[in-house]
Amino acid sequence: MQGDVEAIWRIESPKLIAALARLVRDVGRAEELAQDAFVAALSQWPSEGIPRNPGAWLMTAAKRRAVDLIRRERTLDRKNEELVRAIEAQDVPDGYAAVDEGIGDDMLRLMFVACHPVLSREARVALTLRLLAGLTTAEIARAFLLPEATVAQRIVRAKRSLAEARVPFELPSSTELRDRLASVLEVLYLLFNEGYAATAGDDVLRPDLVEDALRLGRVLAELMPAEAEVHGLIALMEIQASRMRARVGKNGEPILLLDQDRTRWNQLLIHRGLRALERAERLGGALGPYALQAAIAACHARAATAAETDWQRIAALYDALAEIAPSPVVELNRAVAVGMAFGPRAGLEIADALVDEPSLKTYHLLPAVRADLLLKLGRKDEASAEFERAAALALNVRDRALLRNRAAAAASPL
Amino acid sequence: MRFAVLVKANEQSEAGVMPTAEQLDEMGKFNEELIRDGVMLAADGLLASSKGVRIRFSGGKTTVVDGPFAETKELVSGFWIVQAKSRDEVVERMKRAPFGHDAEIEIRQIMEADDFGADMTDKVRAQEERLHAIQH
Repeated sequence: MQGDVEAIWRIESPKLIAALARLVRDVGRAEELAQDAFVAALSQWPSEGIPRNPGAWLMTAAKRRAVDLIRRERTLDRKNEELVRAIEAQDVPDGYAAVDEGIGDDMLRLMFVACHPVLSREARVALTLRLLAGLTTAEIARAFLLPEATVAQRIVRAKRSLAEARVPFELPSSTELRDRLASVLEVLYLLFNEGYAATAGDDVLRPDLVEDALRLGRVLAELMPAEAEVHGLIALMEIQASRMRARVGKNGEPILLLDQDRTRWNQLLIHRGLRALERAERLGGALGPYALQAAIAACHARAATAAETDWQRIAALYDALAEIAPSPVVELNRAVAVGMAFGPRAGLEIADALVDEPSLKTYHLLPAVRADLLLKLGRKDEASAEFERAAALALNVRDRALLRNRAAAAASPL
Repeated sequence: MRFAVLVKANEQSEAGVMPTAEQLDEMGKFNEELIRDGVMLAADGLLASSKGVRIRFSGGKTTVVDGPFAETKELVSGFWIVQAKSRDEVVERMKRAPFGHDAEIEIRQIMEADDFGADMTDKVRAQEERLHAIQH
């Protein structure tokens, strides 16, 4: 029974919270009401059996409780009376087929509110997982390697911030839509990367964040089908996720993209990613930051072997990315791509321009990339020195050893 | 986690009886919900086994056998590929599938145990993150 109810919570809680938030106009309170309804379910369902339509049962229970609470509050003024009437007037949708169309808008509102700019980035992430992905506080804590109390407090504070700032349970106006959507997409990509970067086997919850992010992305795409960047982000996430199996070796060592066994890439996710990218491009979003990154990922996905990679196209895409979202890391990527596409001299020119970049001072990949390009130009001594420098900056033993070997190889007369 | 949800064949599906417009509509709504919740990765129905073929491998030789195949209950007539938090979630969702009478579906988790190495340190992770940024 416990497992059943947990599964039902996972399925129903986001919609329940979204619908309740519209009724009581307070996300924090909506979540508490949803929780109360589940507590009631846990005590009643074991003896009465799980209702045929658990979502409707929960909604009815939550609404009853909402009305009780509002009535109990002393300040039973006209406004509250209106609220009570509005709640009682709402019909509970019956069955999946009859989920009212409004639920989509409520889910979208919930997503925008959970990622509202009044909240810190950490708060947005925690709230999104709690309210929209149906994760428990304990699960979020484990996923982020934080004490449960910290996460619980973060969520409580986030809900309070939303209430204090009187953030309305509404969709952003058309003037703020772009920024607000960017915030939602940022939270999803942050979640994705949090999971994607974590490859530890002992706790499966961290990589689960990849699936949570993908799932929420797909939900968002259904809710905002005309937003190109939503599809761009999904394309990026699906294609990156397609490589999960290939990017770590038997001993846990990272395997670089060009060295990965491409037969281990997940073709279903690639297919979905490419389709989402096409959709973004069809909507005129080919030049959005996520769509561009997805297009780069797609170039790799389309190449059956590393040798078949269309580096000219990748270089052009990095040029475009550097235009709209310039950063030293994008430049370094561009140097690699240009080096592959147009020869090491052209790549080195870009990499050399980054040598004085403060944010890359301790970044071992800058000398590593330069070393590689220098070696291709036959400038062995300089290459060896750069590999040494990269080795000194490398953070882990495995990489350091690899770079030292390359330094030695570059220096040897053969 | 990903799961394959296998729909077992029955006499109707094997006889090539197509679902009614009403059944299709119901199933469409069910699937819409799976898509809306970000759960469905793929889904399709399969034609009767009379349109299928089997290849048997034995002693380095292959034998091709045309359908139909006899053991109806062992056959598959359709599938979903879904992504969910737990098997319980898939069970709970699939209990709501509009099959009416006389159907059986089988839920099988898709293997992905080797997705992650066991001994990645935090530093390797951070490293990999940045390498990934470089290599895409």
